[in-house]
Amino acid sequence: MSATLNRLGLVRDAYKGAATTLCAGCGHNSITNHLIKALFELGIEPSRLAKMSGIGCSSKTPAYFVEQAHGFNGVHGRMPSLTTGAHLADRQLVLLGISGDGDTVSIGLGQYMHLIRRNVDCTYIIEDNGTYGLTKGQFSATADLGSVQKRGSVNEFQPIDPCLLGLTLGASFVARSFSGDGKQLVPLLKAALAHQGTAVLDVISPCVTFNDHEGSTKSYAYVKDHESIIQDVSFIPYFEEITVDYEPGTTREVQMHDGSHLVLKKLAEDHDPGDRLGAMRLIEENRDKGVLVTGLLYLDEAMSDFSSREGLSRTPLRDLGESELRPSRDEFEKFMGELG
Amino acid sequence: MGAGIVEAKVNDLTFTAATVNGSGSQSANLVLTRAVFSMGIPVAPKNVFPSNIEGLPTWYHLRVSPEGYQCRQGENPDVLVALNPSTWAADLRSLQPGGAVFYEEAYSTLDARSDVEYFPVPFSKLAKSRIQSDALRKQLTNLIYVGLVAGLLEIPYAALEQGIQHQFQTKPKAWQANLDAVQVGIDYWNEHFAGRQIAHKLEAMSGKTDGLVLLDGNQAAALGCVMGGCTVAAWYPITPSSSLCENLITYSDRFRVDPETGEKRIAVVQAEDELAALGMAIGAGWAGARAMTSTSGPGISLMAEFTGLAYYVEIPVVIFDIQRAGPSTGLPTRTAQGDVAFAYSLSHGDTRHLLLLPANVEECYEMAQTAFDLADRFQTPVFVLSDLDLGMNLWMTPKLQYPQRPFDRGKVLSKEDLERSADWGRYRDVDGDGIAYRTLPGTDHPLAGYFTRGSGHDGNARYSENPEVYAGNLDRLVRKFESARKVLPAPEIDLVGSKIGVIAYGSTDHAVVEARHLLRARGMEVDYMRLRALPASPELSGFVEAHDRVYVVEQNRDGQVYDILRLEVPTDLAGRLRSIRHYDGQPIPAEAVTRPLLELEAVPV
Repeated sequence: MSATLNRLGLVRDAYKGAATTLCAGCGHNSITNHLIKALFELGIEPSRLAKMSGIGCSSKTPAYFVEQAHGFNGVHGRMPSLTTGAHLADRQLVLLGISGDGDTVSIGLGQYMHLIRRNVDCTYIIEDNGTYGLTKGQFSATADLGSVQKRGSVNEFQPIDPCLLGLTLGASFVARSFSGDGKQLVPLLKAALAHQGTAVLDVISPCVTFNDHEGSTKSYAYVKDHESIIQDVSFIPYFEEITVDYEPGTTREVQMHDGSHLVLKKLAEDHDPGDRLGAMRLIEENRDKGVLVTGLLYLDEAMSDFSSREGLSRTPLRDLGESELRPSRDEFEKFMGELG
Repeated sequence: MGAGIVEAKVNDLTFTAATVNGSGSQSANLVLTRAVFSMGIPVAPKNVFPSNIEGLPTWYHLRVSPEGYQCRQGENPDVLVALNPSTWAADLRSLQPGGAVFYEEAYSTLDARSDVEYFPVPFSKLAKSRIQSDALRKQLTNLIYVGLVAGLLEIPYAALEQGIQHQFQTKPKAWQANLDAVQVGIDYWNEHFAGRQIAHKLEAMSGKTDGLVLLDGNQAAALGCVMGGCTVAAWYPITPSSSLCENLITYSDRFRVDPETGEKRIAVVQAEDELAALGMAIGAGWAGARAMTSTSGPGISLMAEFTGLAYYVEIPVVIFDIQRAGPSTGLPTRTAQGDVAFAYSLSHGDTRHLLLLPANVEECYEMAQTAFDLADRFQTPVFVLSDLDLGMNLWMTPKLQYPQRPFDRGKVLSKEDLERSADWGRYRDVDGDGIAYRTLPGTDHPLAGYFTRGSGHDGNARYSENPEVYAGNLDRLVRKFESARKVLPAPEIDLVGSKIGVIAYGSTDHAVVEARHLLRARGMEVDYMRLRALPASPELSGFVEAHDRVYVVEQNRDGQVYDILRLEVPTDLAGRLRSIRHYDGQPIPAEAVTRPLLELEAVPV
């Protein structure tokens, strides 16, 4: 029984949404499924979840999971500001933002950067396929130099790497994964959701219709051939005991703000996720070799999130009424008296 | 009036200080203003400042009138302080015949007029010899002219003291240094100019300023946000709107801190641009906070996209537009009412927004509160269209009143409501007023959630491209708009039985009030309707029908509200509307209303 109910007593189906309208085989659908698993296993209350998105294929996906939750499909590239506002109104909401590569690093680049800069408590997933799917296959700004479009043209511009960018901006959580790797993605999603602050998770998610061909660097085949998984990630939520034993010296353990634990078992690299510069070097050096590193790149659990830094009321601001928001009549009259 | 004719004009003059931006003259001007005001004399200051930190010319016009007229009179002062060499010649030419000019004695008077009174003063030398503090000398030099003007106009010392104490309310240590600097001017007057006078003088009076305070519209709007329950404000700095949110920060530090925990009960966020500012406000409004942003024309342009989203997905949000002269960067530090038509239908597709049009400081305060109620009630963006003149200049205003009514949070379904009946749809028109019910994220009920999307949606917020569903939803939004029309702030109508009517809105009101007095003296009476909101009240058509000609007065080039009203009245009445426009960046003076009216109505001069 316990296998089919989570800690809230909900079945997995309670985390499902409407049927997807994306193409069969789209990486985004896999991410949706991994999200459903992560949200279910973490026992996130559907009513506390707010699914935020912009415009594009990726931004449609909030309709495909946790139907009970509120969702907000806003305007192109502006999900971060809507998310920031929702957070300010009720800092107890679990804000899950889903964006794409166009939505994030082209039209939404400014808002993406400022969200990170403020460290607003939310999860920011980039469903990154290097192409504009809904408008039929133009390059996006994450497309690698030299990668080839379906119609044959070659990308002449340097890519913008949302992870590298996040690291330079002081992001408190940066990870990269692959839509086809649930073993890695699910624990990373859980860690991102548990993180208090902006958690950036760039997930390479192939577009089967416009960017899954020979010459693309965001195809299933390319990622499988060029991915380097830096560590094996295990997430142990605060409400579960750590039972796994690891050989001494092979793992790093990180305690998260809410008491959950991350256990990182080194695979390709012995990367310290507390080393921001190391993370940047890791990405750059591997990129030069044509290798895509995935895993937890950076994590700072000590950094204050936006509303903590602002000293905002723990009670959601939107729940405050006249008695909390208006000064008393005496205070008001005193103030008027000072005016003249 | 020639210089030699003595006909005492009491409490009726314009004082102008022509200085260099960044020289610190503002506090001297405010001390003088508050000193005159403390004598019971009505004041109307207008600060004309450049888009510049330091070096460009700036003028401060202080109009004094026994009637208490609040609008600008024009640029022809009776008393001039000329401390800007680059504008000295033009400033001197602007002086009224018989007027007085205090000027740096080093300036050339070769081409000088013979019909004004000259008061050369060695300001720099006086400052060097008499003001001890090196750090404060530049700023305190300006206080010297306060003392000189006090000598000429016989402003009592006690009034000057009061002016200083009020201006430096929070810095009592500054009082003596400022008083000493004023004394330098008084001493110089007594030593060099004692006994000289012009036709103008000031005398303490009563009955015109009782219970009034000096406040600007942005301060009042900020206080309105506090009293109106705003909890999220996101903004991007822009003149002339910045001081609204800066005041909100100041008031919030005082009124919005939990006394026990020290936690803040408002978030005021400086956003990365106006797009993000409105986005944050909309996100907060969606999640149930009373949220606002404040900006000016260029910001409104950037907010077009998000405004359409909030309109179509029906999210409450308040947008303050402190209008300045456009288009583009335009005159960033000059006033206009040029955003009305743009704001009214801001964004692509069929959109219509609710606009509140405050005319005075009290209305900036009250309409700020009303805006949050209307936004929540109608689940839509509400614009408050102020302007630079109203927002940044000081105005005499009655003390603001503590609000009488609780917040109107509109149609929000709680968990308990849903437990009673969960048969609801986000965009269903249950009550026939076009306003649907909403739930807030975080509502602990399995049926509370819905999907907000800027794409086509049906009554249950599901994606839809169905033609009837799409058109039906647009029609419901019109029903909602018409429901709002009936409850927006009603126009103020003053009928004197004339066949000629005048319609104005916002800060143009003050020019119309004075113009009507001036016209009456000329034997011409006009009726007056002051619009306080758009869409226009149902009373509009009746007013137009009752008059042969109705002049719409406003501060923009194209007669924006004139155009809107022509579409809002029945076709056969549209021809009765005429347009009077003022658009030079300066606040509209009464003369800009009387002159065209007298011409168009062919009243013999």
